[in-house]
Amino acid sequence: MNALTENLRAPPGASAPATLDKGRVSLFDWFFLPARLAMRQLFFERARLLSAIAGVMFAALLVFMQLGFRAALFDSATRLYAAMQAEIFLMNPLTMASFRPEAMPRIRAHQALALPEVAQAVPVYLTQAAWRSPETGAKRAIQMIGFDVEAGAMRFQGLDKISDALRQVDAAGFDVRSRPEFGDVAKKLAEGGPFEVQIGNRMMRIVGTVEIGPSFGADGNLVMSEVNFRRVVRGRDPANVDLIAIRLVPGADVQATKARLKALLPGDVMVLTQPELVAHERHYWETATAIGFIFGFGSIMGLIVGMVIVYQILFSDIANHLREYATLKAIGYSNFYLARVVMASALILAVLGFVPGFLASIWMYDFVGAATFLPLGMTWDRTVTVFLMIFGMCALAGLLAMRKLRDANPADMFS
Amino acid sequence: MQAEPIRIEALNYAYGEGELRRPVLRDVALQVGVGEVLLLTGPSGSGKTTLLTLIGALRAMQEGSCEVLGQELFGASERARVSLRQRIGFIFQNHNLLGALTARQNVAMALEVAPRLSEPERLARAGEMLAAVGLAEHTDRLPGKLSGGQRQRVAIARALAAQPGLVLADEPTAALDKVSGAEVAHLLRDLAKSRGVPILMVTHDPRILDIADRVVTMEDGRIVEQS
Repeated sequence: MNALTENLRAPPGASAPATLDKGRVSLFDWFFLPARLAMRQLFFERARLLSAIAGVMFAALLVFMQLGFRAALFDSATRLYAAMQAEIFLMNPLTMASFRPEAMPRIRAHQALALPEVAQAVPVYLTQAAWRSPETGAKRAIQMIGFDVEAGAMRFQGLDKISDALRQVDAAGFDVRSRPEFGDVAKKLAEGGPFEVQIGNRMMRIVGTVEIGPSFGADGNLVMSEVNFRRVVRGRDPANVDLIAIRLVPGADVQATKARLKALLPGDVMVLTQPELVAHERHYWETATAIGFIFGFGSIMGLIVGMVIVYQILFSDIANHLREYATLKAIGYSNFYLARVVMASALILAVLGFVPGFLASIWMYDFVGAATFLPLGMTWDRTVTVFLMIFGMCALAGLLAMRKLRDANPADMFS
Repeated sequence: MQAEPIRIEALNYAYGEGELRRPVLRDVALQVGVGEVLLLTGPSGSGKTTLLTLIGALRAMQEGSCEVLGQELFGASERARVSLRQRIGFIFQNHNLLGALTARQNVAMALEVAPRLSEPERLARAGEMLAAVGLAEHTDRLPGKLSGGQRQRVAIARALAAQPGLVLADEPTAALDKVSGAEVAHLLRDLAKSRGVPILMVTHDPRILDIADRVVTMEDGRIVEQS
C-alpha cells in the first residue's frame, strides 16, 4: 500500500509533495502538526479547556463592553450634530462641546447667504435648562435646541409631525429617548394630550415627541422654535447664536463652498463640514475628558486578566505534562517545535474563547443599551479589533508560558 | 563494512563544580557492533544511566570521544544532537506515552518529528508497528486504558517506527511483572534483530539477561566486566 501511494504521488517533474521531499518540512506540516497535537491535548482535558475558554471569553466580553461604552459615548455625544440635515456648519472657534457653546453673531448666517451655492443658513440656539419632572417635581438639566422649525434643516425623527404645533407660543417637543428620570412623557401625552412643564422659570407646553437620544453631556433633549427658546432663556441677545447650519443647493461642491465661505467670513467663526463638526465634538470627549482614557484603561485591564488566566492554564498544562514534553524532546522534537505546540494552544484558546465572548457581547449590548439608553451596537471594526487584541493577548501568554518548557529536560527521563 | 553504531573512547564525566565535583564516568571505552544487543548492568550509582544519556545525546559531553551513528558528540551543537535523537529509538522505564493520544497516534508521533511520509502512510506504518508488537486490536485505545505491559509494547512500537539506527532502553521491564517483563524484553530483542537494529539496554533485571549478545557490568564509573 505504501508503494502504491508513493507511485501515485511522485510523477516526475511535477511539484513533489513535501512528504517526499526528504529533510524539508512543508509549511503545512510545520504549522499543522504542532497545532494538531495542541488541539488533542487541549480537548483531552475538558474541564481545563472549559475554564480556559471561560477566561478568554470573559476577557473578550470585558473588552467589548469597554470599547462599546467608549464608542457609545462618542456616538451619543455627536448624535445631535449627526441628526442635523446640513452640509456645512459655522461655529465659534472657542466652542469646545455642544453642551457649553460659545455664541457668535447671527449676522454670519445672512453673510453666508451671499454665496449662490448656499440655499439656507439656519441659526441654532443651544443651552441647558432645568426641567421640573411632571411626576415628582424634581429638577434635572435638559438640553434645549432652538431653531427655525420650518426650515427643514433638522431631521430628528418625528419632527415633521409636530413642526406645526411647535409654532405655538411656549410649545416644545420632548425627546422620548431621554433618560426616564424626566418622567414618562410619552405616556402622559398619549393619555391627556399636551401638558405643561416648568422649564427654567417658565411654563411650557409639551406638544409632541421627537427621537434624538441622550448623550454623556445631556440626559435629555427638548426641541422648540427659536422664538420660544428666547422666551425661556431670558437676557440672551437674540443677535448671538450658537451654531449656524448651512444647507447647500443640490449638486454644490461641499469642499469648494467651504473654502469660499472661509474666505468670505471673518475669523470669529469656524467653517466645518458635518463630518468635521462631528469629529470636533468627538475630539473634545476624547481629549478633554478622562472618559476615553478610562474605557481604554478598562480594556487593558480586561486583556491583562485574560492573559493571566490563559498563562496560568498553559503554564500548569506544561507543568503537568513535563514528562511528556521531555519525552518528545528525547525522541528528537526541538524546543522550537514544542514552542509551536504551546503557541498553537494559545491561539486555539483565543479563537474558542472569542466566539462565545463575541456572542455574549452582542447580547450584553442589547441588554445594557436598553438599560442606559446609550447607542451600544456591534461593529465589524470593533469585532476585528477585539479579535486581534484577544489573539495578541493569548500569544503573549503563550510566549510567557513557553519558558516553562526549559524545565522539560529529557535527560531526567532516565532515572 | 559499516562502522560500529557506538564507539566510545576515554570518556570522562562528572557532576558538580569545584569541591563538589563528583566523577561518575571514568575512562570509559565501549563499542557496540551492528545488530548487537548489549545489556549494561551494575549497581545503582555506577554511572550506567549517565552513560546512556550521553550516548542518547541528551547531555553535553565533557571529555573524551563518543561517536554515535557516525556523529561525534564531543562538542556537537544542540541542533546536531536533536537531529541525532531523531535517528535513535528511546524506551523509558515508564512508558512515557502521551496520555491524550491513542496508541496509534503515539506511535505516529515518532514519524511526525521529521515528516517524510504522508498522514495516511504514517498511520498505516504505526498500525503495522502495533500489529508487530501484538496490539493490532488496541490501536485506538488511550494509554490509560492499556495494561502496563501493553503500554510498554506501544513504547517499543514507537521506538522502532521511524526505523532508527539504534535503540536505547532504560530498565524497560522494571515496572512490569515477571511474565510481561520477559515478554516485552523478548519482543524488543526479536524485533530489533529482525531489523538489524542494535540495542543498548540498561537493566537491573536478571531475568532478561538471556536476550543479550553481550553483558557489560559497570561499577563506580568504570566498566569492570564484559562477557
